[in-house]
Amino acid sequence: MPTAVYAGKSITVNDEGFFENPDEWTEEMAPEIARASGIDELTEQHWRVLKFMRAEYAEKGTGPTVRVLGKTSGVSVKELYELFPKGPAKTAAKIAGIPKPRGCI
Amino acid sequence: MTTRIVVLGGGTGGTLAANRLRRDLDDDVEIVVVDQDDAHVYQPGLLFVPFGLAHLDEIVRPRQRQLHHGIGYRQAAVDHVELDADRVVLGDRSVLDYDVLVVATGSTLVPEETEGLLGPGWMEKVFTFYTPDGAAGLHDALTWFDGGRLVVNIVDMPIKCPVAPLEFCFLADWYLQELGIRDRVELTYVTPLDGAFTKPVASATLAGLLEEKGVELVTEFNTGEVDGPGGRLVSYDSREVGFDLAVVVPLHSGAAYVGRSPGLGDELNFVSTDEHTLQSKARPNVFVIGDAANLPVSKAGSVTHFEGEVLVENIRRFLAGEALDASYDGHASCFIESGFHKALLIDFNYDTEPLPGHFPTSVGLPLLKESRLNHLGKLMFQSFYWHSLLPGRDIPGVGSAMPARGKHREPSRP
Repeated sequence: MPTAVYAGKSITVNDEGFFENPDEWTEEMAPEIARASGIDELTEQHWRVLKFMRAEYAEKGTGPTVRVLGKTSGVSVKELYELFPKGPAKTAAKIAGIPKPRGCI
Repeated sequence: MTTRIVVLGGGTGGTLAANRLRRDLDDDVEIVVVDQDDAHVYQPGLLFVPFGLAHLDEIVRPRQRQLHHGIGYRQAAVDHVELDADRVVLGDRSVLDYDVLVVATGSTLVPEETEGLLGPGWMEKVFTFYTPDGAAGLHDALTWFDGGRLVVNIVDMPIKCPVAPLEFCFLADWYLQELGIRDRVELTYVTPLDGAFTKPVASATLAGLLEEKGVELVTEFNTGEVDGPGGRLVSYDSREVGFDLAVVVPLHSGAAYVGRSPGLGDELNFVSTDEHTLQSKARPNVFVIGDAANLPVSKAGSVTHFEGEVLVENIRRFLAGEALDASYDGHASCFIESGFHKALLIDFNYDTEPLPGHFPTSVGLPLLKESRLNHLGKLMFQSFYWHSLLPGRDIPGVGSAMPARGKHREPSRP
């Protein structure tokens, strides 16, 4: 398993950079992961989505898909793409330190 | 006092569940199936309608006639379910009390959730083959189609039969070759996934087939808008794919009444369900079969069939006060038509992705590989559907659990 260093801590991630163990994530790590994903600054709206992702993961064991995010997070799909241009569900999951959403079957 | 089981939905899941229940339970258990219409569509047949290989009158039969003697049938819409009162309120406001509820209302297309999809151009140059009307309309459109850009698009997962849009591409390639106009058509497959299919080994095989057939693959495309007059699919991240004829698989949701029933469904109106017992997470006396469930399985008839055995056994156990049997393993089995009288077969479950090999044992049908035998299997399946699957019979030699024998485990993944 590859590792990455965020906020001075060594973290086990999968091949695509998603956290293997979401408990290792702390808020200080988010800006660094975001920069690595091409997002220079995390705004309040970004944080709203990230916190929603964490809460959904804690409750359901998987991150939400873009469509579910658009219906439930209070942020529209259009705006989600403006916040996370490379794909909201995946990028936000990565920055929030949760595994890749398994929404698609 | 009699016990009443109400089954919502008279499609694949509701019909086979009711028939299996009737066979397994005593006469003091009343079984009532509710559906809003009397047209049972053999949905796998819709794929063939656009190419003139099937006609609607061959794939639609009355719902009630698929139910065994001793099963009640109520043709009515469902307004909502009151979980606390154990009752269903129907569209005409009449009420059906239940001891056990089986949710089998499948999934519903929600094209209205995609901007522009139902706008100008819908049913003129933008179609879906996921409805009888759409499939018939597309058949007419293909009759007139003499070249240009034909685009097949999945808006987002989950969808029924995730391989059907790929099959559509393979059949379109064949159809256009037979017409002698294949060289005048650009065929493009546009998917929100990062590959041709969801599971790695099958995805690579199917991407190879697309390439072999000259179908361009556009991945990670999340359709935000369908512009009929302009002939463009526009993604949320502002990419565009132009078309002259678009075949779109719209977003799917669970049935609308699920959303009107407090506590029953999730944000997409699918019902949260235990992956192994098929009991809903909403109430112990509510069970779910088929596409209506939020399980991490394909929305497919084979899944529904394999669930049937576990579902019925668990309802029997629930009524008898016994512990449930947690044995459903996510087994799915799908033929993939690839044109030219050939097909592939994939067989998988929660833990095992589709692998090469043979099914159900090492001397059976070839897996993840084109063959004429698989195509014959797919053709035979239609008769099997009406005469064995709906009546609730098992497939000889193929149980509910996925057979592991015959599958080649390599290539192993890290």
